[in-house]
Amino acid sequence: MSTKPSPPPVKSRPTLSRRTFLATSAAAGGALVVGLTLRGRLHQPDASLDPFNAWIRIYPDGQIQLVLNKSEMGQGVFTALPAILAEEAEIDFSRITVIQADNADGTGGSGSVWEGYKPLRQAGAQVRETLIAAAAHRWNVTPAECRARNSQVMHTPSGRVLAYADLVKDARRLPLPDPNTVPLKDPKDFTLLGRSIRHLDIPDKVKGVARFGLDVRVPGMVYAVVAQCPYFRGDLLRFDANRAKAIPGVLEVFDIPTDPNTANKNTREVAVVATNTWAAIQGRNALGIEWKPGQYHDESTESLTSQLRAGLDAQEFWNSTNTTLNPDTVPAARRIESVYEFPFLAHATMEPMNITVRLEDGRCEIWSPTQAGGGTQESAAKILGIDKRDVTVHVTFMGGGLGRRFGVPFDHQALQIARRIRRPVQLVWTREDDFTHDRYRPACMHRLRGGIDGEGNLVSWTDRLADTTIIGQHDPKQAQAYELGGALDQPYPAQHFRMSYVPVESGATRGAWRGVEVAFNVFSVECFIDELAHLAGQDPYLFRRRLLQNAAAHPIAPRSNYDGKLADPLRMIHMLDLATEKAGWGKPLGPHRGRGISCFFSKTTYLAQVAEVTVKDGNIRVDRVVTAVDPGRVINMNGIRAQIEGAVLMGLSATLKERITVKDGMIQQQNFNSYELLRMPDAPQLETYLVEGGRPPGGIGEPPLALIGPSVGNAIFAATRKRLRKLPFRFDEASS
Amino acid sequence: MVRLALEINGSKQTVDADPAMPLLWVLRDLLNMTGTKYGCGVGLCGACTVHIDGAATRSCQTPIATAAGKRIVTIEGLAQHGLHPVQEAWIAEQVPQCGYCQPGQIMSAAALLAQKAHPTDADIDEAMAGNLCRCATYFRIRNAIHRAAEEMHS
Repeated sequence: MSTKPSPPPVKSRPTLSRRTFLATSAAAGGALVVGLTLRGRLHQPDASLDPFNAWIRIYPDGQIQLVLNKSEMGQGVFTALPAILAEEAEIDFSRITVIQADNADGTGGSGSVWEGYKPLRQAGAQVRETLIAAAAHRWNVTPAECRARNSQVMHTPSGRVLAYADLVKDARRLPLPDPNTVPLKDPKDFTLLGRSIRHLDIPDKVKGVARFGLDVRVPGMVYAVVAQCPYFRGDLLRFDANRAKAIPGVLEVFDIPTDPNTANKNTREVAVVATNTWAAIQGRNALGIEWKPGQYHDESTESLTSQLRAGLDAQEFWNSTNTTLNPDTVPAARRIESVYEFPFLAHATMEPMNITVRLEDGRCEIWSPTQAGGGTQESAAKILGIDKRDVTVHVTFMGGGLGRRFGVPFDHQALQIARRIRRPVQLVWTREDDFTHDRYRPACMHRLRGGIDGEGNLVSWTDRLADTTIIGQHDPKQAQAYELGGALDQPYPAQHFRMSYVPVESGATRGAWRGVEVAFNVFSVECFIDELAHLAGQDPYLFRRRLLQNAAAHPIAPRSNYDGKLADPLRMIHMLDLATEKAGWGKPLGPHRGRGISCFFSKTTYLAQVAEVTVKDGNIRVDRVVTAVDPGRVINMNGIRAQIEGAVLMGLSATLKERITVKDGMIQQQNFNSYELLRMPDAPQLETYLVEGGRPPGGIGEPPLALIGPSVGNAIFAATRKRLRKLPFRFDEASS
Repeated sequence: MVRLALEINGSKQTVDADPAMPLLWVLRDLLNMTGTKYGCGVGLCGACTVHIDGAATRSCQTPIATAAGKRIVTIEGLAQHGLHPVQEAWIAEQVPQCGYCQPGQIMSAAALLAQKAHPTDADIDEAMAGNLCRCATYFRIRNAIHRAAEEMHS
C-alpha cells in the first residue's frame, strides 16, 4: 500500500462521457477503468470538461489505482475513500495505490466520506459486477452463480477461480452496469469497513519524506516572500528596493498589484525574490517599507465589541420563528438573559501558506497544498489569460487545512511573481504573514433570552446573533445556510421560538474555519440550556433529557425560514445516556472539581460529551473528556477516533487559548507567543465511545469541535458556581 | 559568505552560506533536506527540531556557524536502518494526521527517550511542551512515547 505524488501533467484530455468511456480508455495501459464523480462541497466539478473526477484503474498485472479528487490534510480521506471502494469492489485493500488527482477540488465541510460514500460504493459495485460478468462469460455460466472476493471471482458450484487481473482484458470489452441500479453489498456483509484501518500516508509522514507544499523542489527554482499591507485597506507609501537587494542572495525586488479578491485590493505589495527563503526574509526586513492606514484605521477589538453589542439591539436582518407572539413577553414563571462573546480566530495551520509556480512554453504548472486545486486552476488561467487546460495544479499534502487553503491571495501573488521573473518560484508566507493576513473565524456575540414554566418546560427562547459574518452581509439566505447551524436548528422544544441575525462590519477578512459557525452557535445554545437547567433547579443532564423526550412525544413546531432537519431526540438521548454513564455522571468529584455536559447534532452525526475540570487559584485544568458519538456507519475506526480526538482538542484550544485582537486597524498577533495554541501539558485524558446508528456515514471532521467549549464552561460552573461567557475563558472575567 | 564543513546524519557536507543563516534553511533550501520543517522561525513551535550532539535543538534558532563541527541528526537520519523505535511507535499508535509537525515531535521524543528510559507523564509534558500540533494529536503522542519506551527497554 502506498500513496504517490501526482503523475506528470497530461497535455490535453479528450472529452469523455459515460457512454463512450470504455472505448476511449485504451490509453490507460490496458486497464479496466471506471470513472465516478465525487462532489465538491464548495466547488462543483466542471462537467463540461469531463463528467468524472475520480477514477479506478485495474491493471492486467493486478495493480489497482484509485485516483482521488480529494486532498489530504490529515483528515484521513486517502485511507477512508479507498477502503469504501475496496469493500464494494471486493478488492484486496493492500493492493490499492492512491494517486492524488491533479486539480483536485472542493475538500472541506466534513463532506468527503459523508458525500463520497454512495458514489464510491456504486463505482466499486460496477467494478465487481463487470468482473463477475467477464468471468461468467469465460466459464459460460450465469453471473448469479459467481461471487467476488479478495480480487478474484469464484464460480460457487464448481469452485473455479479467476483473478481480477486475468479478467481485465475481457472486462474492458463489456459495458459497465448503470451505477444507479447496480446492486450494492448488504452492510452486514462488510469485512473491511468499520474496522480499524492504518492510514496509508503515515509511514511517509514519520520518515519525513511525505511531500508538503513547502517541500516542493523544482529545478532552477527561487524563493519569494511578499511584504503585505498590515492595515485593513491601507496603502503602500514607499520602500527601498536597493537596501533589500544589498542582502546576499536577494535577486529581485518589485511591487505587484494585490489580489482583487481581497480587502486590500486597491494597493500594491512588494515581492522579494532570492536564492533561498532566509535571504528573501532578510531582504524583506531591509525594505524599510512604509504603509498608510486605510478607512478602518480606528478599528480595534474594543470598537468591534461595541459594534457587536449594538448589533444585539439593532434592526434584525433576518429571523426564524414558530410564533406570532414576542417570546420575550409571553407569560413565564422565570426568565434569564445571557450574552456570549467570541473573538476572531486564526487558522494557524502548522505549514504556513505557500505555492510553487512554473511558467513554461505557454503552460502553467502549480504545486499547491490546497483544498481547492480546481479553483486555483481556474483563477490561474484567468490571471495569465491562458486556457484552463494549459494549467495543471499538482495537489500536495497539506500541513493542515482547516478551511484556510482556498488560494486567496497567495495564488495571485505567486503568479504575478512568476510572470515577472520567468523562473520557477516558491512563494513562502512566513508565520507572521499567516497570522496577520489570515481569513479569520468571525467574531460575534449571541444574546439568549429564555423563559420556563413551573415544571422547567421552555416557554420561550430568543436568540440574537450579531456576527462579523463571512458572507451574510448581503444575502440572508447565505447567512442561514452557512452561519446559523447549531443555533437555528437547536433541538430543544420552545413553545415560542425566535432567532434573529444582524451582520456587523469589520475591516478584517473573515473566512471558513474548522466547524466555523457551529463552534460559537453550539457554545451559546449548550451553555444557555445549562443555565436554564440551573434556573429550574434541575440536573443539567436530566433537564436536557426531559426536554428531548418532550420533543420526541410532541414534534417541534416548524420554524420559519428553516427547512432543514432537526435532530432525532431519541438518538440524542441515547448519546446523553451513554456519555453520562461512561463518565460516571453524578458521582462525587471532590473540591474544586466539576463535570459539564453538552450535546449536538450536525451533518447527520449525533454527539454528547462530559468534561471534568479542576479550577484552583483561577487556573482551569481539563482533566478528562468523555465523548459519545453516533456517526452512522463507521468507515475507519482508527480514522474516526483520530478525527474526534483532534477536533475535541482543537476546540479546547479555542476555548482556553486562542484570540485574535485588533488595534489601529491592524491584527496584533504575529506568532505563537501572542497567539497561543493548546500544548501537550494542557491535553486531557480522552475517552471516545462510538455507536453505529444504522445510517450512512455522517460528517465527522468538524462536529466534535463544537462540544468541548460548552462542556468545559458548564463544568467550570459546576466546580465554582461561576459562569464564563466569553471566549477564550479567563477566570478574572467570570461573572456569576 | 563562508565555506562550512558540516556533519549531517553521519556524512560530511560542505556548504557556502552566510554564517548567520539558520541551520533550518541550510537544510531545506541549500541541501534540499526537507524533512525538517519551517513552522514559526522563532523557536516557538518545534517543527524544525533536530539533534545537535544528541540534544533536541530548534534549527531555526541555530546559526549555521554554531552547528559546524557538531553532530547534526535530522529526521532523515534518525534511524540507522529502517525505522527508529520512536517512528515504529508513531506508526503503531497511528499518531500523525496532517503530519507536518511530526518530524519535530519525533526528534523531541527520541531525544527525551535517549535521556530518560521511562519518562513519566510529567517528563513528557516538559519535554514536548515546545512542540505544537494543530491537529492536536497530543493524546496519541503521549501513548506513543510510552510505547516506544517499553519497546526500547524490554
